[in-house]
Amino acid sequence: MPKRTPLFDAHRKLGGKMIEFGGWEMPVQYTSIVDEHLCVRKAAGLFDICHMGELLFSGPDAGRFLNLALTNDINKLEIGQGQYSLMCNEQGGVVDDLYVYRVNRADYLLIVNASRIEADAAWLEKLYAAYPRKATFRMENASGKTGALALQGPKAAEFICECFPGPSVGCTPVGKATDLKKNQLGQFVFKNIPFYVARTGYTGEDGFELVAPSGFIEAAWWKLLEAGKPFGLQPAGLGARDTLRTEMCYPLYGHELNEQTTPLEAGLGFFVSFDKGDFIGRQVLVEQKEKGVKKRCVPFRMIGAAPPPRPGYTIWSADGGGIRLGEVCSGTQSPSLNVGIGLGYVPAEFAAPGTKLEIEVRGRRFPAETTTKPFYRRPSVKQT
Amino acid sequence: MSSKVPSDLKYTSSHEWVRVVGDVAVVGITDHAQQELTDVVFVELPKTGRQLKAGDACAVVESVKTASDVYSPVSGEVVEINQKLAGNPGLVNSEPYEGGWFFKVKLSNPSELAKLLTAEQYAAQISG
Repeated sequence: MPKRTPLFDAHRKLGGKMIEFGGWEMPVQYTSIVDEHLCVRKAAGLFDICHMGELLFSGPDAGRFLNLALTNDINKLEIGQGQYSLMCNEQGGVVDDLYVYRVNRADYLLIVNASRIEADAAWLEKLYAAYPRKATFRMENASGKTGALALQGPKAAEFICECFPGPSVGCTPVGKATDLKKNQLGQFVFKNIPFYVARTGYTGEDGFELVAPSGFIEAAWWKLLEAGKPFGLQPAGLGARDTLRTEMCYPLYGHELNEQTTPLEAGLGFFVSFDKGDFIGRQVLVEQKEKGVKKRCVPFRMIGAAPPPRPGYTIWSADGGGIRLGEVCSGTQSPSLNVGIGLGYVPAEFAAPGTKLEIEVRGRRFPAETTTKPFYRRPSVKQT
Repeated sequence: MSSKVPSDLKYTSSHEWVRVVGDVAVVGITDHAQQELTDVVFVELPKTGRQLKAGDACAVVESVKTASDVYSPVSGEVVEINQKLAGNPGLVNSEPYEGGWFFKVKLSNPSELAKLLTAEQYAAQISG
């Protein structure tokens, strides 16, 4: 029996088509994936991300412990700042990719993938058990009692303050929510409850992610939908969330990332800090960095009329030899560009942008070409 | 969203429609099917000259979300395919019963038509 978020009834009321995802019953779409995708690119979309996990760490050694467990350098975070990071096993394989926020001097909030909550908690428990100064901090899995929303799109900043007015009451001190800079997090009061509001997202657009106790999520959902209506805000489902992130080449755990794949192979070396001191997986990653990776995750696009690439399709070389290079991890028809796009692993010598490939679809091979990240860039904001 | 089920067509339980013109059957997918799929982005059609048996998976319709097989409701030779779908697959969404047709089959066994669903039967199926 899949789990339901606090917004299950809201999704039904809005005509959401429900599917199972990562053990959760979630809306894949309300109107259509393309419609919701383009709405996020042009106006704004509101996503239920209550299925995602929240892990809390507090105490004097919390930051030191997390810097051992995660690849990015947590010491770079000021209070109220967040960063993308990865958690690796000893072999450098990715246990999960996540966002970590420093919510107070010695308090951290991790937002992790829904499908990895149990695996992450188990892995962190194991590290905790082996940690010498465990009495100096504690960790809590707050996923069951915490909900989250993502408000994404160029118009999001035009009405967020209507719902979360006034200055922040915690984390980053700002006069209003729209004063938050990218990756900053503040606390804002809604119905007497402090909500975490972060200027982050998974779509490539400007936007905010909100985290609060589950019981207050539905009220915020309806309030945002109402306030955003004049700006074209629509609820958006997991289908659009997936096409939006694929256009940005953002990885999705279980597709581009797994315990046998390292951040360097995935093209996420930017989020691995080699100069911060020791962390789990460092030895393997240092070696990979020095010797180079054998396989790489590459973005590719279809050339000419072709069916959209989909996960599991075979990637072939196009040099006449017909070498089987790998498999598509993520793929779709890009709603913004109207061309088939995908991500997949190929041997490093086939990873250079502009390399010709072939994608096998139902026994036929269609031409494709590797390209650079991302597929889509938002139009630059006009200076006035 | 209610979907259109024209009364002059025959249907299959797998959501294809058939329009009979002389000894040729025009085949497409129903309004209900295109609403369920949404956003058709690619259509793969059978080659003309291919001999089909009723129930053969002979075309594929791809939405952003997924790829779905289309089955021939009748037996016979493919005599024409809708070339317009290559450049404009969205016709399947905008005109499922007109410009969005898939292929035409020269009927080899017209008695099969009697086994297809009437508009009334199909409408009952999709409302259930």
